[in-house]
Formats: sequence, structure tokens, C-alpha cells
Amino acid sequence: MSIATGFLNRYLEGGSWFHRADARVKLIMALGFIFAVATLPPGKWPAFGATLALVWLAAAVSRVGLLRVLLRSLVALPFILIALPSAFTRPGDPLFDLNLIFFTATATTEGLEFFASVLLKSWTSVTAAVVLTATTPPMRLLEALRALRLPAILVSIVMLMYRYLFVLVEEAQRMMRARAARSAAIGPNSGGSLVWRAKSAGGMAGSLFIRTLDRSERIYLAMLARGYDGSVRRQDAPPISRREIATLASALTLCAAIAIAARLVI
Amino acid sequence: MQILNIDLPLPPMEWLDALPLHAPDGFFSMPVIIACYAVVAAIVAFSIRRANRSLNERLVPVMGVMAAFIFAAQMLNFPVAGGTSGHLIGGALAAIILGPWAAILVMVAVVGLQALLFQDGGLIVLGVNIVNMSIISVFAGYAAYWIAQRFGSGYAPIMVGGFAAAWLSVVISAVATALLLSLSGTSPLAIALPAMTLAHMLIGIGEGLITVFALMFIRQARPELLKPRAKSDAPVVPAQAVAANPAPSGLPGARLWVAGYIIAVALTLLAPLASGSPDGLERVAEDAGFLSRALDAPYAIIADYQLPGIANEAVATVLAGVIGVTIVYTLVAGGAYLVHRRRAAAAHE
Repeated sequence: MSIATGFLNRYLEGGSWFHRADARVKLIMALGFIFAVATLPPGKWPAFGATLALVWLAAAVSRVGLLRVLLRSLVALPFILIALPSAFTRPGDPLFDLNLIFFTATATTEGLEFFASVLLKSWTSVTAAVVLTATTPPMRLLEALRALRLPAILVSIVMLMYRYLFVLVEEAQRMMRARAARSAAIGPNSGGSLVWRAKSAGGMAGSLFIRTLDRSERIYLAMLARGYDGSVRRQDAPPISRREIATLASALTLCAAIAIAARLVI
Repeated sequence: MQILNIDLPLPPMEWLDALPLHAPDGFFSMPVIIACYAVVAAIVAFSIRRANRSLNERLVPVMGVMAAFIFAAQMLNFPVAGGTSGHLIGGALAAIILGPWAAILVMVAVVGLQALLFQDGGLIVLGVNIVNMSIISVFAGYAAYWIAQRFGSGYAPIMVGGFAAAWLSVVISAVATALLLSLSGTSPLAIALPAMTLAHMLIGIGEGLITVFALMFIRQARPELLKPRAKSDAPVVPAQAVAANPAPSGLPGARLWVAGYIIAVALTLLAPLASGSPDGLERVAEDAGFLSRALDAPYAIIADYQLPGIANEAVATVLAGVIGVTIVYTLVAGGAYLVHRRRAAAAHE
């Protein structure tokens, strides 16, 4: 892997409990946790606090660097804009007026509470996924998908996709480097009209497609030469140890307890 | 991308491009999520069967590498203005060059891998993102391209169809996302729908341009790849057969038009679910006191989406919607039929 495709690699080496645990256990644990967070009704602050504390505890245990986890978890930030109008349109007690040029928008307590809830739930869930991918090699994670009973063909497609991701991304980057080398860009508007720029990018996409099509034929022939007959065979994954099953069960119970407590008690 | 040896999730400018439709967890309600998973399970199972029929043992290598291609092609960007850039999303391009069922598998792999490995979209809401970005975008793009192909096999149908397919695939995905967001109660429809749709009408132009120029390149380098496939899954009739028909009796692709009409009407039936109270902008207008200044458009056939003489508001809204959809559909289909007749007549001469 070159430096250029380094950003594709989300796995960080380490020896923590999370690094050593079975990928299936971690995947099911993360999905159960995110599912529990998704069921929390808005405004359940103690439950939000508990889930946020849990996920940051996991981040600390994984020892991949809290700042790094934080930065990676910001990836979902832009989408939050879409929930922002709810702060002003959900009915409730008026809190403050926001004087926009054409009209005044009134924020309500319920609206802001809802918005903050979506923000927190979303951030907690993304952080859990970040810890999962930072401590699990991608191929292990994809293999773990079969534990969720996904169709074998679909899993094989995604695995083959991951294998060739680096090759094709590098090819795309080489094309972009070649384009940059040939177009001296000084101002922001250099390099011809918008349509002209789109034409060069579109040509690159078309060229990449044709190269990929040829490559897929070569890959298919190479697979045939090695005995591929269309069926996907995989070695059975080793059984999960009892200890890890116990850990998984207690983690899922904890998630369920938080979700139920948020509805009944708090 | 390395700042103090800590990797940023994305370069800042790509955040704007990432905004589109990869919804993170926390934005959709449980009923919406579960319904979407049911749709995904059914359509993916069907797609695997259909793609298996035409690709056979090539399925895994071709689909896997094509999915990697879409992922890589999404990086091919071009500067638009003010530091933003246009780039490919790829749903329509995949639908055009691979056919709808194979394209769905490819886009499911792309969206799934983005969520699982790159946190581009949430894990529990993956089903919703797949419905919006892998299924609806492919169907919308394929339908638009397919209709354009009814008008001949020349240069123009490919290019116009390619642009329409790419633009529609992006815009309709955005509409679907906004609808599901409002069904989940996360964002009011009156704001989410116009905001998402308008933003993606612009993003769609970049998508359309790249798709058209990619198709142009493929047509020049490998024209056979864009010919209608004989053994394709799609009910593609060789375009020459259509052109050779001296007096076309009806609008080609009539079944698709009917299906589109039924879907549009079905969506209209959901209208009363959206909101019974005045929508956000009207509410704001009322609060700000400028609603009274609003004028009815002179061409309003059905004022305020209500029909006189029907007491039940919901029924009146739905009826008004159905009538509106029917008028628009008749106009568009009639126009398409006239254009088609003229083309066919010209080809006959």
C-alpha cells in the first residue's frame, strides 16, 4: 500500500482487548450497541450520558488514541444540518427568537431537545463504529458479515471489491496526478470552462471503466485457471470461545438494560 | 491529509461533497429502518438471481471489481466554484453500463463498504441508505435512460438519456431521503424537501456532466458496450426495430409509463400523512405576518391543493394531487409520443 492510498486503511495496529477479540463478537457488539442507542427516545439525558461514557470507555480501552477517535467521529458532522430546522419547527415552549432577514424563527425547548438528542445519538453511534474499524482488520470485519447470515455471494462481492479497491483507487489517483501535471493551475478558475473540466473528469471515469472491465476479465480468467467454478468456498471460521460469548452476552444485556431503563425508569 | 500525524476523516472540502445522502445513525426512526431492510432484502435477493442469470460464474469477479471501480471513480472530481468540486456518485452510470440488477448489487457493495469501513453512513441505518443510494437511484437512472433509448440508438439519445438519468438519480435519491427523514420526524418536510432537492438539483448537474462525458468516452472507445444487450435483463428491444416500424401505434415503453404513473399516484396517497397542519414556511409566513400578502398564482388550477365541494380535507388533498399528477403525466407522455412519432416518421423516410 502506498502513501497515497493510506487513507483507505482505517485499521490501527495494537494489542488491546479489542484488537484481540473475535471480529464477529465485536461486530455484533457494535451493532447491538448502536441499535440500543437508536431506540432511545429524545431527551433521555442519563441514558445518552451512559452510552456516551461506554463508547468512550471502549475508545480508551482500545488505546488507538482518543484524539484520533474524536477526529474520525466528526465525519458525520455535516449531516446534522438536516436536523437543525427541527429545533424551530417542533411545537413546544418558545425559547428564543432567531431574527433572520425575512422572518423570525422561534426555537422551542422541545425542538432544541430533539436536535441535541439526534446530535448526541448520532455521535455516539459513529464513535462506536470508529472504534470497531480501528481495532479490526478490514478482511476480518468482512468475514464477520457472514456471521450475520448475509448472502455468501454478496459478502464475496464486497471482499473482492475490497481487494481491488487499492488497485483502482491508485489508478484513479494516477489519472488525477497526470491531469494535475498537465494543467498548470494558478487561480481558482484556471483550466477551461466548467464543461471542459467536466469533460476531462468524465473521460477519466470512462477510461477507468474500460480498464476495469478488461481487468475484471483477466481476474476472472486467472480465477478460472486456479480452479474457480462460480461457487464461493470458505474455510469455516473457528468457533468463538466461551469467554468471548459471555463477554458479548453481558455487553448486549447492558445495552438492552440501558434501552429499557430509558423507557421505563428514567 | 496528515496534521500532527493525526489523520482527518476527510479533507475539509470533501465534507461538503459528503453532505449528500450518507445518513449517519440516529436520523431515522425504527419503523422506517425496519421497512427499508425489508425492501433491501427482497430487492437484493431478486437482483442476485437476475444478475446470476446473465453473468453466471462471472458474477463475483465482475461485480466485485465494478464496485471497486465505482468507489474509485467517486474520487475523480473537478473544481466547480468557490472551492467546491463536482464528483461522480455513479448510480446512473452503473445502471446504464451494467443494467439495473447488476448495478444494484454494485451500489449495495459500495454503500455497504463505505458504512462498514469508512463510517460514511451509519451501520443500523444502512438499509435506509441502501434504499436511497443503491436502489432508488439505480431505478430512477435506469428508467430515464431506458425511456430515452426508445427514441433511437443514435448519439443524442445516449447523451440526453445519460444526463437525465444521472441528474434524476441524484435528485430522486435526495427526495426519497427527505421523505424518509420527515417520516422519521427528524426534519420537517416543508424544509427538508426543498432544501435537499434544490441542493441536489445543483449536485446533479455535475453528476450529469461527468456521466455524459464518461458515456461519450466509452462510446468512442468501445461502442459495443453501449449497444442494447441481447441477453440483457432489461426488456430492451433493439432500437432499430422501433425506428423501422413505419407507423408506431402507441408510445413505446407504455408499460413503464403506466408503472411510473401508478407510483406517482401511490406517493400522492401518502400526502395526508405528511402533515395536517400548515407547513413550516406557511407557519413562518403566518408568524411573520406576510402570508396575507401572498398572491395566488394566476395559473392555479387547484387552489391550495384543495377541491371545492369535498369536505374531508385529506381526501380533497389526495384527489387534488392525483388530478395534478394526471395532468402533468398526460402532458409529458403526449409530448413524448409526438416527438417519437416525428422521429419514427423521419427515420422511415
